[in-house]
Amino acid sequence: MSNEVSKESQPDSILEEMAQPFSRRNFFGIMGAGTALMVTAAACRKYNPGEGGGHHTGNGGVNLGSGDIGILNYAYALEQLEAAFYTQVIATPYSRISSTELYYLKDVRDHEIAHREFFKAALGSMAIQKLEVNFSSINFKDRTSVLGTAKAFEDLGVSAYNGAGKLISNADYLTIAGKIVSVEARHAALIRDLIMPGSFADMTVVDSNGLDGARTPDEVLSIAGAYIKTKLDASNLPTS
Amino acid sequence: MNLQNILSEIETTDPEVYDKFDTRRNAMKSFAKTSGKIALASIPFALGSIFQKAYGSPTGTSGIIIDTLNFALTLEYLESNFYIKAVASGIIPVGESLNALTVIRDHENEHVAFLSTAITAAGGTPVSFKATDFDFTAKGNFPGVFTDYGTLLAVAQTFEDTGVRAYKGQAPNLISNNDYLQAALQIHSVEARHAARLREMRKKANLLVPAGVDVKPWITLNQSGIASPAVQASYDGEESVVQAGVTITNIGGFPISAKAASEAFDEPLTKDQVSAIVKPFFN
Repeated sequence: MSNEVSKESQPDSILEEMAQPFSRRNFFGIMGAGTALMVTAAACRKYNPGEGGGHHTGNGGVNLGSGDIGILNYAYALEQLEAAFYTQVIATPYSRISSTELYYLKDVRDHEIAHREFFKAALGSMAIQKLEVNFSSINFKDRTSVLGTAKAFEDLGVSAYNGAGKLISNADYLTIAGKIVSVEARHAALIRDLIMPGSFADMTVVDSNGLDGARTPDEVLSIAGAYIKTKLDASNLPTS
Repeated sequence: MNLQNILSEIETTDPEVYDKFDTRRNAMKSFAKTSGKIALASIPFALGSIFQKAYGSPTGTSGIIIDTLNFALTLEYLESNFYIKAVASGIIPVGESLNALTVIRDHENEHVAFLSTAITAAGGTPVSFKATDFDFTAKGNFPGVFTDYGTLLAVAQTFEDTGVRAYKGQAPNLISNNDYLQAALQIHSVEARHAARLREMRKKANLLVPAGVDVKPWITLNQSGIASPAVQASYDGEESVVQAGVTITNIGGFPISAKAASEAFDEPLTKDQVSAIVKPFFN
């Protein structure tokens, strides 16, 4: 990915690559690996770059779209939720917030805004609309409520990206998702340690194989849905 | 990915596949029989071994996947052996610090076991290392690695941040196999949690932190936060503020600084870059 970065910058350059099921580099990587992998890759049938989301479906939900675009919109929806949450946290800090906590939470807010705006720019006309959030269950004056919600959002975000990676066809998009998920994991560890020092990777999130969580879009959206007022339709997202 | 698709595709490529499996039904039965005996989580790995039985070589998973998993396993051995010695060094403050490093050590041991099992199940041969294979002074760059707490934390942070970048760089090599890809991602984010924790510990201990540099749980620009040029290669490139052609600084009219823009995205390293970084730690 790093050699892509210096490429002539176009707001919709990420979309230009959609026509190709795999980037050329990755394609040749697979060719070199021999017939066996080609069989597996073909069997996966993950070539569809997908259709844009945004339009309302029969059930009134905002359609995330299909293929890779659907997954990018799914990530965009989650980043919208996180960015809205931290924007509120910084606008109305909880009682007796420490200077260190405020300092870190401002950073986290900026990271989440950067993620949200990145997806918005990258998706361009394929992007879903701005979502309405529902934070009525959160007491923004209360440290326990705010940090508890932050922890839930960060762990959920990590598991969402971990579960979505395999649904992505394009290697460059997979790398983008990878660049973001590790930052979400850093957030999760910090927030957890603010709540309870040493809980950065405890047994509630890391299993006995040393693996972090992974959730399907349906599992994630059923949890995140409590905080998103706008109805989402994830029915066209890839499932494998 | 789905099993029916794989079988159909193999049938196209190799019409004799069912002679090898006997019949399609037996292939399914063979899978069902095997999967009945093993935990659900290891089914993908069992699938690899079924193909291996049919073809006598690791056909269900390819060389590039085995190679990638062995590369990951090599890094996990490095980390695991490091933390085993670190925890036993006697220089880590008892309490929160020692507890954290113990948790991290246990995860790295689990990653070694998990990847070794996965590679074997896929028909590959897992690499193996022993304690004497490593030189944690990195050819004298970190002479105090197990006698000086600041050096120990600095090396630990570098291993974790490098590990995060290494897994990120290898993920595309696993894109053809959903199960290995997901497992690798699930390790990747655990390494990032470790990195964040070690960075908190370094900030608190304030050892080997260059003047004027703030060590945060995330990577700012290309700053290591470590007063040693020996670790710089692990941080070069992290200063990027352009992602897929999109400039992140001040994006959408929001006041996102270059620091925040660089922190918001971790950057991958290639296998060659990672190999060059860890090479001094191997005898």
